[in-house]
Amino acid sequence: MSAPGDVAARGRVELRGVGKRFRVDGRELTVLDGIDLVIEPGEFVTILGASGCGKSTLLRLLAGLEHPDAGEVRHDGRAIAGTGLERGLVFQEPRLFPWLTVAENVAAALLNAPLDADAKRRAVAGHIAMVGLGGFERAYPHQLSGGMAQRVAIARGLVNRPGLLLLDEPFGALDAFTREQLQDELRALQAREGFTTVLVTHDVEEALYLGDRVVVMSPRPGRIRAVIAVPLGQPRDRADELLGRLHHAARAALRDTLPLAA
Amino acid sequence: MSALPNPAAGPTAGRATGPARRALRGVLPPLLLLAAWQAASTGGLADPRLLPPLERVAAAAWTQLTAGNLRDSLLRDLGGFALGASAGLGLGLLLGLSPLAGRLLRPSFDALKGIAVFAWIPLIAIWFGFGEASKLAFIALAAFTPVVLNVDEGVRGVPAPLREVAAALAWTPWQRLTRLVLPAALPSILTGLQLGLIHAWLATVGAEYFLAKGSGLGGVLIEGRDRFDMAQVLLGVLLLGGVGYALNRLADLAARRLTRWRTA
Ligand SMILES: Nc1ncnc2c1ncn2[C@@H]1O[C@H](COP(=O)(O)OP(=O)(O)OP(=O)(O)O)[C@@H](O)[C@H]1O
Ligand SMILES: [Mg+2]
Repeated sequence: MSAPGDVAARGRVELRGVGKRFRVDGRELTVLDGIDLVIEPGEFVTILGASGCGKSTLLRLLAGLEHPDAGEVRHDGRAIAGTGLERGLVFQEPRLFPWLTVAENVAAALLNAPLDADAKRRAVAGHIAMVGLGGFERAYPHQLSGGMAQRVAIARGLVNRPGLLLLDEPFGALDAFTREQLQDELRALQAREGFTTVLVTHDVEEALYLGDRVVVMSPRPGRIRAVIAVPLGQPRDRADELLGRLHHAARAALRDTLPLAA
Repeated sequence: MSALPNPAAGPTAGRATGPARRALRGVLPPLLLLAAWQAASTGGLADPRLLPPLERVAAAAWTQLTAGNLRDSLLRDLGGFALGASAGLGLGLLLGLSPLAGRLLRPSFDALKGIAVFAWIPLIAIWFGFGEASKLAFIALAAFTPVVLNVDEGVRGVPAPLREVAAALAWTPWQRLTRLVLPAALPSILTGLQLGLIHAWLATVGAEYFLAKGSGLGGVLIEGRDRFDMAQVLLGVLLLGGVGYALNRLADLAARRLTRWRTA
């Protein structure tokens, strides 16, 4: 772990010929096949694909929760052998500890962080405020709505400032207004602090609005279909003309991936 | 967001009267039964030697309580429970946490738990004699089994998604045990302890009744039977039921306090 500020120098991700298979009902299912991708430090990459194309699996490989059956996954030059605090993960579901309050759930990410108690408390309070849950610090998960719970999970993923942040459809359960607000917060934070970010989504607009590059995946087996660069700085205008044009390109790439379109 | 209940506010006022009224409804049948009892024994419907009036039971209660029989039984019960529950917690955690220990020991334990606890009495009497030690051993054994079962089950039932969160947050093995496994298993552990408490109380009287006689409520029952003193026997039965009920309620309250996060 290092202090925030020099994280920009870290967070390089390499995927080389990555394949992943699962046994489902006695049959081998190839979920990921020949994934090649290099993500530069400080880059914001979004992964776009239809349901079941292996987006979560790809993210879990990066997190160190799964291991590839072929190829290799490297973070800052080292093969990813397991989970670690240098990589933060926000799951597709909130996955809060039901016996901990909102504040305790966020603080759970800092248990092994090299910060003193006071700095931890400030970080927790700051991140809860950032996701708009000030006043709910002492609420238990069962007292939260689904969207509120997911915001706690986002705060938990961010609070530790990992060099590589992995988010699995983090805004999927939120209303449009909160979603846009959190997208902006995340993008501003990332632009300010420069941590590498990989965000999975099936929302074309979100992928384009947030990503420096959009990786479009095709299903069965999960492969990289196209990589679309978004040559726009931050902050962006949601109505930007270029985003509109790229939207058509992304949709076309996505449509080609669907078996019914063939 | 403002439509959501304020998490800082306690239980709503409406809920507070609910349990009280329910508890009141719960004690109504026993009260009616006591009234019928009293009416039957004083009204000449029943032979007062078989069904003595309540005041004679109350008089017997005074003698027995001052003789310390209730206290002796309770101390014995809690001592045996403490022994059995701690051993049960230990073995339950071992079975649940170590896959090897689980595979190795769970089948034997499953076989052992099928033996009715009273079947152990002869063996225990031979191993530990007829004194206090064998009574404690018997009570401990009765509490042990449900604790092991429920702790093991609770520990193995920790949701895999939460295990992954703990892994992603780079928790140490100790942090996983104290902050994930134990809290997640707590409802099960408490169920085990509560069952253990009930079993221990039943076993207390069993031990006092079947092992050598001495102080305690079991002794009260035996003495009442031998002297054909129905007031004393009925007193013994009432005390057994009352204490069992009270222990269960206490365990219930403690469990609810400790797992507030489920309903807080
Ligand atoms: N642990 C597992 N065991 C067996 N099959 C799995 C496992 N995890 C994922 N799969 C399979 O891999 C495929 C891809 O799953 P994954 O969760 O990565 O999809 P996804 O792109 O994230 O979909 P969604 O958008 O619906 O979340 C699915 O067909 C799924 O059945
Ligand atoms: Mg997914």
